[in-house]
Amino acid sequence: MCLAVPVQVVSIEGNEAEVEIGGVRRHVSIMLTPEAKVGDYVLLHTGYAINVIDEAEAQETLKILEEMASLDEVH
Amino acid sequence: MDEVILLAHGSGSRLSHELIEKNFLPPLANPLLAKLDDSAVFAISGRLAFTTDSYVVNPIFFPGGDIGKLAVCGTINDLAMSGAIPLYLSLSLIIEEGLTLSELTKIVKSIKAAAEEAGAKIVTGDTKVVNRGSADKLFINTSGIGIVPPGIDISGANAKIGDKIILSGTIGDHGIAVMSQREGLKFSVPVQSDCAPLNKLVAQMLEASSQIHCLRDPTRGGLATTLNELAKQSKVGIRIEEEKIPVCDGVRAACELLGFDPLYVANEGKLVAIVASDDAEKVLSKMKRNPYGADVSIIGEVTDEHKGKVIMKTRLGASRIVDMLSGELLPRIC
Amino acid sequence: MKFIDEYRDVELGKRLIARIKQLSTRPTRLMEFCGGHTVAIMRNGIRQLLPSTIEMLSGPGCPVCVTANADIDRAIALAHLPDVIITTFGDMMKVPGSYSSLQQARAGEADIRIVYSTQDALQIAKDNLTQSVIFIGIGFETTAPTIAASILQAEKEGVKNFYVLCLLKLCPPIMKAILDLGEIRLDGIVCPGHVSVVIGSHPYEFIPRDYGVACVVSGFESLDILLSVAMLVGQIESGKPTVEIGYRRGVKPEGNKKALELMDSVFEVDSADWRGIGVVPASGLRLRKKYERFDAEQAFSVTLEPVREAKGCICGDILRGIKTPTECKLFRKVCFPEHPVGPCMVSSEGACAAYYQYGTE
Repeated sequence: MCLAVPVQVVSIEGNEAEVEIGGVRRHVSIMLTPEAKVGDYVLLHTGYAINVIDEAEAQETLKILEEMASLDEVH
Repeated sequence: MDEVILLAHGSGSRLSHELIEKNFLPPLANPLLAKLDDSAVFAISGRLAFTTDSYVVNPIFFPGGDIGKLAVCGTINDLAMSGAIPLYLSLSLIIEEGLTLSELTKIVKSIKAAAEEAGAKIVTGDTKVVNRGSADKLFINTSGIGIVPPGIDISGANAKIGDKIILSGTIGDHGIAVMSQREGLKFSVPVQSDCAPLNKLVAQMLEASSQIHCLRDPTRGGLATTLNELAKQSKVGIRIEEEKIPVCDGVRAACELLGFDPLYVANEGKLVAIVASDDAEKVLSKMKRNPYGADVSIIGEVTDEHKGKVIMKTRLGASRIVDMLSGELLPRIC
Repeated sequence: MKFIDEYRDVELGKRLIARIKQLSTRPTRLMEFCGGHTVAIMRNGIRQLLPSTIEMLSGPGCPVCVTANADIDRAIALAHLPDVIITTFGDMMKVPGSYSSLQQARAGEADIRIVYSTQDALQIAKDNLTQSVIFIGIGFETTAPTIAASILQAEKEGVKNFYVLCLLKLCPPIMKAILDLGEIRLDGIVCPGHVSVVIGSHPYEFIPRDYGVACVVSGFESLDILLSVAMLVGQIESGKPTVEIGYRRGVKPEGNKKALELMDSVFEVDSADWRGIGVVPASGLRLRKKYERFDAEQAFSVTLEPVREAKGCICGDILRGIKTPTECKLFRKVCFPEHPVGPCMVSSEGACAAYYQYGTE
């Protein structure tokens, strides 16, 4: 369940934000993520941002993926 | 206050005649139409192609076009998919009372522009006006007649094993452009409808090769549905590669947001060509030189396995079935 | 698209698959719980690419599939009331109830509109003050806070004609119910990614602790799923089941506090009727007394015909993972996406629809 898509916050006005992905824009609610700032990436589900994406963790995951995939290649 | 279309405009009264003479004749002017006879009479010889389609798109104006442009291009393209040179169109309007004259004027202007680009003439027409609530502002039906040059035999049943499958450009543009304007779903998308007349592109392709076996434009139901139709009609299998299918960023993003698969989203200015593999590159280069073929790609081939079905190799190398669209394309949250 | 494309890298995916093949030495049964994972797995053909030691089952993680017939019947009955506009996510339109579907009702006289967000539903309410706008509230914990937010907004803005038919359900309780049924032996669970964005990973801790089953909270791109499978296999092979987060960019162990607060302020836990499983205590949500006036079930009275289950439909067994769609006698013979018998075929995330759409022959 639960399609949620990473989008970038372009502007904020009170509880609402304008977000963008691939040039597509929409007005959404940030009632669930009041800490979101312009420039942040958030996960968008049915018109609400449900969290702020942790970019550091995203990078960490890519590293883990690379390590996991490389473990067998050492021989 | 903008003038509106009334029931009286469709009743055959003086108002009807005024509407035709002031709003339809001048922009669409040609000798056959100007006669205003009950039917247009003309002589043509050769094999004829004849098609009809009705247009009920809602909203009637969308980024990149309107119902008028759609009504002309759709029918022109149906003729072109048989290899025909479009000649004449009929134009039938069912107007919901209350449509403003300025909206109607814009649409007639689009019809004129599209017909001119395609080189076809609108030679006969009809106008009816219905009660409010009986039509989504405007429904249009167009029928078209074209000539199929000698030696051309293009049909959905003609695909041969080993043929290559060519797609003229990015998929999903029209469907997303229209969907983004619907109530309840409003997004601003950097995507325009790809609505366009493809007859000149097809003529150029036919110059490049006499081995174009099938042509089809993937409209409602998207590329997936069209490929399935061809596989069934020709009783062959079709194999395509996900990586080779061009999708523009805006369509990809909108599909992610709404939960759509671009394979099922409508197009109005694209075609699929099934061509003998020896000629595929020739046809491809010709298409690239036409603005409506700029993003052309060979997306797969015809096989003798899994006849009647379309199989797609995913980016990861697995294979999965691509079925035709069942029912309506609905946005989802899950 | 950032945070999507990087997790679809094909080369890395192929290498991960090779790694999983090395790691997996014994028969391993995993359940992907979330319908979104079912679709992602099938769309990418991941089942085919995994070693034969790994079996993947689909669980009851599609909120549409698990909506009981009685609830769908109620939504349809509400749609037929005068001066009512039904607003719903697209997912619900084709789901068959006992006698009809919202799609069929719309073809009749009912005013049913598809929305992308509860905000659109609220707007429709504001634009149609003489009518009652009822939102069909399906979903799990991902969606619950968004519905809570819309109710709070409606209250703040004094929107008096907005109602919610609350059909929200909770994941950890149903996971426990499935494990308690003991019908299938599971080694690991791919935990729902976006539900966990809201609830965090702590609620799954009872699973390895009490049942010895491994858990990884997974994202939805192909690399996310492969990573989660690799992590699960790692736990299983080492005999150390625990809860790990694979979807680190989205999920914190404690979840989204604000979302949980909003959810808690508007809803309270209740029992819920799950198709194929029955009534499960403390597995759903209902509106708190303070917000009762938004409850469509209380505000509108409808008479329902007796609930009817489709004969031969084994959606229940499929949702519990004890049968696969190909084992259903109706699959592809009588039950198709255009003529669905049960919701597993209708919902784009239902196991049957996914098998139908994406399976190889």
